[in-house]
Amino acid sequence: MKFSDSISLQGLPVRRPPPLNRFFSSTPVSIIIYCFIVSAILYSSFTGAQSMGYNWQWYQIPKYIYTYTEDGFQFGELMLGLWKTITLSFTAFILAMVIGLLVALLRLSGLLIGTKVAICFLEFVRNVPLLVLVYLFYYVLGPVFKYDRYTASILCLAVYHSALISEILRAGINAVAQGQWEAAKSIGMSKPQMYRYIILPQSIRFMLPPMTGEVVHMVKSSAIVSVIAVAELTTLGQNIISDTYMAFEIWFTIAIIYMIVILILSIGASQVEKRYTVTN
Amino acid sequence: MLDMLPIIKFESVDKFYGNFQALKDITISVNPGERMVICGPSGSGKSTLIRCINGLESHNSGRLTVDGVEVFEGSKEIIRLRQEIGMVFQQFNLFPHLTVLENLTIGPVKVRKIPKSEAEIMARKYLERVHIPEQAEKYPAELSGGQQQRVAIARSLCMESKILLFDEPTSALDPEMINEVLDVMVELADTGMTMVCVTHEMGFARKVADTMVFMDEGKIIEVAPPEKFFSKPDSDRCREFLEQILEH
Repeated sequence: MKFSDSISLQGLPVRRPPPLNRFFSSTPVSIIIYCFIVSAILYSSFTGAQSMGYNWQWYQIPKYIYTYTEDGFQFGELMLGLWKTITLSFTAFILAMVIGLLVALLRLSGLLIGTKVAICFLEFVRNVPLLVLVYLFYYVLGPVFKYDRYTASILCLAVYHSALISEILRAGINAVAQGQWEAAKSIGMSKPQMYRYIILPQSIRFMLPPMTGEVVHMVKSSAIVSVIAVAELTTLGQNIISDTYMAFEIWFTIAIIYMIVILILSIGASQVEKRYTVTN
Repeated sequence: MLDMLPIIKFESVDKFYGNFQALKDITISVNPGERMVICGPSGSGKSTLIRCINGLESHNSGRLTVDGVEVFEGSKEIIRLRQEIGMVFQQFNLFPHLTVLENLTIGPVKVRKIPKSEAEIMARKYLERVHIPEQAEKYPAELSGGQQQRVAIARSLCMESKILLFDEPTSALDPEMINEVLDVMVELADTGMTMVCVTHEMGFARKVADTMVFMDEGKIIEVAPPEKFFSKPDSDRCREFLEQILEH
């Protein structure tokens, strides 16, 4: 009888997986299968497009990203849209942090009315679809309070994400040990002082990882404001398509642009997560 | 004697946690400069009693006055009052994100509004007093338990309070570190500070206490000066308890 190579923790020989499994999980075979699946998808969409009589015009795409003429280098429409997406998400995120902090503090205030108001707000925002929220902010609140579509989109995204952010903040604040509150109280600190000097500085390490995830989430959900025609990446894409009918190329390009931006953010987020992971 | 008005005064104080009565009709007072040691089995309400003094717990009925101010739930005075009452906890509760020096100065600077430079001089003086002046720049996690507790004592001293409360200050310490903390506490007792201390360290109690208090099931069973308390306590319950913890 031939002994197998590996021995388990209990000291028993590990049974090797059957040959068929070993064949399929070996690296070269996996790569071949992967390439096969990807090319099958690409091929079928290409032939599908072909049979629709679709006229691929990839050569048109670069000019929407950048142009280089005698006037010099210029960003194309899609890049301008991307810039708008980024500034929009960033502004909305800052506002969401402010609202989120207020809601979290209301909820933790211990005042019955504060807690109830916060819970009502959270339940409303969490149980209404984002798309409906966008319409509400633009078509209902917009005329009432007289603001434009850009403001509507920022407010809407901020309110939607503030609900999630307030939960992150609340969890972070609750994660600080009870003894810290007591120690801060016993040296005579007022509630704002306790939050500012003792509790919030300590809860940041609990909050940072989910918060960076929230930034990524914000950039993704910002695409929805294209329904009220705010000139961000998705909207500009739609505009180009209605002019040129290059739906396939433009949507692929936009997906890839989002993917690149969000991948960069996600890598940043996971770095932050590694640094601040609570070890004790 | 006018100057002997009690600085802490409990009058028929009751405290409930839901249906459980943690304090039953507590009446006791502490004079300025008095050193009181409270002992008793766990769950007897001694921690609750001491935490009522600076309003970390609020009592449900009766009257509690500290330094001439009535303490009750929602009192506006309590924040100012807490500056006069230092507290040392079983679990130290140092601020982990601040250095030792910052732990000591944050109260004086942010609460008492003392200039930072002045607060640092004071902090170093008190670190000297608890015998760890060389640890000022470290973070709490870098210190041993005994050192952390001495920092916590220095932190409450920095508030220059009139009263110091100790809630089982040595119970979370390794045995070899207990004495370094008790030594500091004995030195403090010699300065004439008003101290209320919940502890099972009977050697310490014998050395410093003016008054010994024994509690059981939320009631004060015995109040006596240490000579009498350790030799012939009135209640059987107290004698049993002392026998048990002095056996070793």
